[in-house]
Amino acid sequence: MELTNENVLGKLIAQFGEENIFDAYDPDGIMTLTTTRENIIALIQYLYDDKDLQVQFLTTMAGIHFPDHKGRELCMMYQLHSLRHNYRLRIKVFVPAEDPVLPTLTNIYAAANWMEREAYDFYGFIFTGHPNLIRILNIEEMEYHPMLKQYPLEDQTREDKIDTYFGR
Amino acid sequence: MSDLNKDINMAEAPEGHSGAGFFATSFEKVIGLARANSLWPLPFATSCCGIEFMATMGATYDISRFGSERPSFSPRQADILLVMGTIAKKMGPVVKQVYEQMAEPRWVVAVGACATSGGIFDSYSVLQGIDRVVPVDVYVPGCPPRPEQILDGLMRVQDLAKNESLRRRNSPEYQALLASYNIK
Amino acid sequence: MATDNKTADTDQLQEFRDNRDLKLQDKKNENLTTLNLGPTHPATHGIFQNILQMDGEVIMDAVPTIGYIHRAFEKIAERRPFYQITPLTDRMNYCSSPINNMGYHMTVEKLLGIEIPKRAQYIRVIMMELARISDHLICNSILGVDSGAFTGFLYVMQEREHIYDIYEEVCGARLTTNMGRIGGMERDLSPKALHLIGEFLKRFPKVWAEFEKMLTRNRIFIDRTVGVGAITAERALSYGFTGPNLRATGVDYDVRVMNPYSSYGDFEFEIPVGAKGDTYDRYLVRNEEVWQSLKIIEQAYKNLPEGSYHADAPHYYLPPKQEVYTSMEALIYHFKIVMGEIDAPKGEVYHSVEGGNGELGFYLVSDGGRTPYRLHFRRPCFIYYQAYTEMIVGGQLADAILTLSSLNVIAGELDA
Repeated sequence: MELTNENVLGKLIAQFGEENIFDAYDPDGIMTLTTTRENIIALIQYLYDDKDLQVQFLTTMAGIHFPDHKGRELCMMYQLHSLRHNYRLRIKVFVPAEDPVLPTLTNIYAAANWMEREAYDFYGFIFTGHPNLIRILNIEEMEYHPMLKQYPLEDQTREDKIDTYFGR
Repeated sequence: MSDLNKDINMAEAPEGHSGAGFFATSFEKVIGLARANSLWPLPFATSCCGIEFMATMGATYDISRFGSERPSFSPRQADILLVMGTIAKKMGPVVKQVYEQMAEPRWVVAVGACATSGGIFDSYSVLQGIDRVVPVDVYVPGCPPRPEQILDGLMRVQDLAKNESLRRRNSPEYQALLASYNIK
Repeated sequence: MATDNKTADTDQLQEFRDNRDLKLQDKKNENLTTLNLGPTHPATHGIFQNILQMDGEVIMDAVPTIGYIHRAFEKIAERRPFYQITPLTDRMNYCSSPINNMGYHMTVEKLLGIEIPKRAQYIRVIMMELARISDHLICNSILGVDSGAFTGFLYVMQEREHIYDIYEEVCGARLTTNMGRIGGMERDLSPKALHLIGEFLKRFPKVWAEFEKMLTRNRIFIDRTVGVGAITAERALSYGFTGPNLRATGVDYDVRVMNPYSSYGDFEFEIPVGAKGDTYDRYLVRNEEVWQSLKIIEQAYKNLPEGSYHADAPHYYLPPKQEVYTSMEALIYHFKIVMGEIDAPKGEVYHSVEGGNGELGFYLVSDGGRTPYRLHFRRPCFIYYQAYTEMIVGGQLADAILTLSSLNVIAGELDA
């Protein structure tokens, strides 16, 4: 079966229902759809197991922070790839900032282990069931999640950056 | 074929008095001469500048010509700590520990913009220059510096080693410098 | 196929390994030694820390720690205009920075919808393949150093200098190249650059053949690498392996063929694959890829099309200096581009290129502003290094070092 965005989307909606697969669009040739955190694991498992789809490669996971979207501030993007059909798709899950809890993907993809630790480190996502959810890139003692938009980029302990140097 | 004897550069003898069968100079200068021409570097390579150091070690640029034939990977036997590459805050204590393990006299070269000042990475995770954790003798600019620049940095350390007073490491100023970095 | 020339004693070694693994099982309860390997260790290229549980020489468990060179690329990228992000990509996989630069440029071009002329695409291909050669050259020669053969390293390092000469002629820098622009190259290939590439194509095959002769059938090298650090195709895929490390397990996934970019479809080349996914296979796959890269460069060099070396996209591509001084319009564009006052359209793109170590992806979200809203790098090293523990447990400490070098983990790319 030739995989196209239409027939894959149709298949997924038939399986999971319109209320769980929504906001599907195609920004750059890769179909992007949104689901809920209750369905994300079942959806990825279905994509993995289905004989026609065989989406069995996790390309990457990336968190995104939208401080202005009330109630759905944090977004987790999973990008999957069917090597058999050379078909890519992107799945997004939005969660509120106060409750950034997602189920872990490590039972399906071993690669998700460090990607989830990175997302925890950068954005504070909590992955339930993750074997070892600790910071990966930053020091353990760090008290905030640096990729959230409200935190500045620069090192706040610098004294040598005086405004006059920058003409401010 | 060129004359082999002419191609070899000999280290110049220090200032002194010479006559028939003797040469007199100060101890300091002889030791300085010996030290300067046999500096064992500890390549503390973390990122891109380390790749340029590989080129410096390679046949084309050949750091061995300057008496640094043997990169010493053990800090105990090293004379120069060559810090090459970005030092993240997580890495800072490691640099300090390596410095503490080195025996006197020891010199530190900050190779590249990152080791010197944090370079383009003015971010929450990067140490803004290794001189925040250890005293630095020579800074080599560049991102990354060319091998010639790394060699030049090494030659500046040679100058330091040649002209350094033997007592400098015992001086109260030096002790105060180490104390300011909390190094015993 | 790169793997035909395996010896029959591969199976013997495998048997030896299996027996040893069985013995390991019985020993699990005995006292173990803890060994801290890294973060600064002469045998690890870059800064990785592994806390090993050792039973004599055999590794029973390993706990890796990374992040010793975390530089916050993704956060910096959110605060920089599009042009100022290219230098960041240089410093990711610094062994093959042109691939990173051009991968990023192609991502932005995809967002902006710019069509690149053929000539620029071919120049990019030449540069990217040169970068791949220099990447594999370091990896394989260092693998030789780690197994005790320093000669090959010194020998091919000199050849890498010639590649750097070409980079220097094309963009002015050796290592962190910042090559090209959004919309093409910043200048055409000069006659000298073309000459240098031609010379390289003539000279390099001999050097590489000699290097291969020294290592490929070397008894010590084979003994040290066959069956070491092996991983199956299933596990490799689950761990998200890409690039030569995945191909060594026998999966022929190559972004250049699967999703051709920059006219890769025009060239004829093969994807070498291994069979066992061990260190020796990874070495062979990289070796063969160097030959294939040479083949691609040769084709691109011979058929270099005429035409412009950059796209006609004045909003995003810096105008030539001469015009900046004489034409008002060019001056305005120049100012706006340099000051980072160019708005990118809203959108979301993913673009991946075949980097030195695998699929190097860029996921770019733009909200219509002057900086990316989110730029995520899919760094192949970060993803496959997590399999390292699984690959070294049960093996010897000396083998773990070889496995690390053959994976070609680059610290800058690992920690971003």
